[in-house]
Amino acid sequence: MSGFAFSGLTASFSGKRVIGPLSLQVNPGEKIALVGKSGAGKSTLIRLMHERVNRESSLIPQELGLVSALSVFHNVYMGQLDKHSTWYNTITLARPFAKDRAEVTTLLQSLGMTEKFWTPTASLSGGQRQRVAIARALYRKASILLADEPVSALDGPMANTVMTLLRDRFSTSIIALHDVDLALDYCTRIVGIQDGQIALDEPSANLVASDIMSLY
Amino acid sequence: MFSSPTVRTSFIFLAIALVGLLFADIAITASNPWRDLGNFFLGIVTPNFFSSEGLMTALLRTVAFAFVGVALGGVAGFLLALAYRSLPVRMFCAFVRAIHELFWALIFLQFFGFHPLTGVLAIAIPYAGIFAKVYSEILEEADPEPGRALPPGTGIISAFLYTRIPDCWVKMRTYTAYRLECGLRSSAILGFVGLPTLGFYLEASFSQGLYSDAGAMLILFYVLIATMPLWVRPKLLPVYILGAPFFLGEGLPIVWGNVQRFFTEDIVPAPLRNGEGLAGLAPWLNDLMINEAMPGIWNTIVLTQIALVATGIISLLAFPLISNHFGGPIRRNAGHVALVIARSTPEYILAYILLQLWGPSMLPAVVALALHNGGIIGHLIGRQTNTIKLRPDAPNGINRYGWELVPRVYRSFLAFLFYRWEIIMRETAILGILGIYTLGFYVDSAIQNIRFDRAMVLILITALLNIGVDTLGRYIRRKLALKTMPTC
Repeated sequence: MSGFAFSGLTASFSGKRVIGPLSLQVNPGEKIALVGKSGAGKSTLIRLMHERVNRESSLIPQELGLVSALSVFHNVYMGQLDKHSTWYNTITLARPFAKDRAEVTTLLQSLGMTEKFWTPTASLSGGQRQRVAIARALYRKASILLADEPVSALDGPMANTVMTLLRDRFSTSIIALHDVDLALDYCTRIVGIQDGQIALDEPSANLVASDIMSLY
Repeated sequence: MFSSPTVRTSFIFLAIALVGLLFADIAITASNPWRDLGNFFLGIVTPNFFSSEGLMTALLRTVAFAFVGVALGGVAGFLLALAYRSLPVRMFCAFVRAIHELFWALIFLQFFGFHPLTGVLAIAIPYAGIFAKVYSEILEEADPEPGRALPPGTGIISAFLYTRIPDCWVKMRTYTAYRLECGLRSSAILGFVGLPTLGFYLEASFSQGLYSDAGAMLILFYVLIATMPLWVRPKLLPVYILGAPFFLGEGLPIVWGNVQRFFTEDIVPAPLRNGEGLAGLAPWLNDLMINEAMPGIWNTIVLTQIALVATGIISLLAFPLISNHFGGPIRRNAGHVALVIARSTPEYILAYILLQLWGPSMLPAVVALALHNGGIIGHLIGRQTNTIKLRPDAPNGINRYGWELVPRVYRSFLAFLFYRWEIIMRETAILGILGIYTLGFYVDSAIQNIRFDRAMVLILITALLNIGVDTLGRYIRRKLALKTMPTC
């Protein structure tokens, strides 16, 4: 499939320009890490790109967007709400089908949290909630991933497991990350954002951690 | 102290009520009120549960009307809540809830007669307006984030079911259960206009001086409301809702000719009906305004303002009864019982009882409104004080009350009071049916004289007055930055 050319991305908050105008060419198969200080505009950029690509992408927003009162299963299932009829969704809300249950179970196994299947997400820890949002994005099975700090609440080994999964399951991805080492290990291209503009754009192979640190 | 806007507002309302007292008709006219009151309390402590089988039937009918009315109102209110952004829907809801259940019952009685539909619709219609407002507020407070994270192209219904309903479910369930309690009270007082619920039984017992029967009815009603958490269970609800329509009683069949006549003849203003045309309308309306509407509005406002301040005073006196900051557990439990009784008794029933004992004047109405509403606000404020942690060396007794607690809860106290302002006015108007000269008196007289055209205009005026007070109450609450949750 073809890549994406984002051009003229801009955003303003209360009259003040926070992003762009900014252009970014995303080639198929690329794993892009967005790095930069907090407040540099990474989250806004992810949101803007999500508005452009929309249908074909899986999204992991920083706020996660979980429905606290629904179970882990239902929150994951919500990644495919658009692929089923209203009737199917309504029945699933009351009594999920075995096929969907099995699929979500396998997915949650790879994230190490099968025992919480029917727990409302309100009673989960921060790291568990984050993994539910990741499972939802994986379940959606889009070819492009847009993620905003998807492993910020996970410990080292789990963060690596999740980054591996994200790398293997999505052909193209754009991930905002503050962890420079994770960015270098799991992404093929590093885009540094500073004051709403692209300050660095290099293949990760050409970079070491100290090159990126200059952005902070 | 007067520099604080909340204190200034309080004193302005106090002054208005004191001026109102000069014009109000406050008196005890019964020849021997204390003996009657004594007999009544004797009746309560010697309840007679077995005088007739009528009591149990009335209790069953009360529950059945409440369930059917609240269920219908809830479903209709939920559908209206989905369209609540539209201004016509909001206006429609404000209008139907500004008319009291008893007025709706009086209207439906004229054309459906004593058919169960009259009682069901009398509850369902105003409740639909209230449910629509509260449900839409709850739905609006739902977390918007999950909606933004949904896959694009998700159907509206799926999105609503997955992102809105789960987030609002608990709040909506709590509010609906609370409304069911209100519905039991509404259902009970429908008996006063002749439907087969507890009010009818109470009126019959009172008119024959059977105080022990009346006492038994009141006690059963309190038990019914106090035990609601035990018998209203989510698993049993479908059984109740499906079963309730079969326990409404037969009533009398609907005469469809009456329905047609009501809309095509009865409510058409007399001059138009008699062919006098628009020229005859002005004197007719003039006469109605001067002789009925104006005195009714005046008395309704005077009584409302006095009752509002009396409610405030009772609330402030009552909240220490259940507050952890005073007294021991025995006194507090007694306080809980007192406040449960005060707030479970519909003001209409309290006013009816006091009116029988003290004779007609505004006094029974003021006392009834203050006791019922003061019981509700006192309960809410008392509970709120239980969450306040005082420093270990805080003063005790009256100093603790005046310096530590009242200043901390005063804003929410005012918020509840202004929230209930419109409710107090709605009740004040309806108490006219008991013979106090508020708007309800003139509505009831017009209906007795088979002048439905006049009754409809007066009900319309009552609704507009309620909407006006509701708007003013909301304006004051916003101005003083007071927040509150809905109470009925």
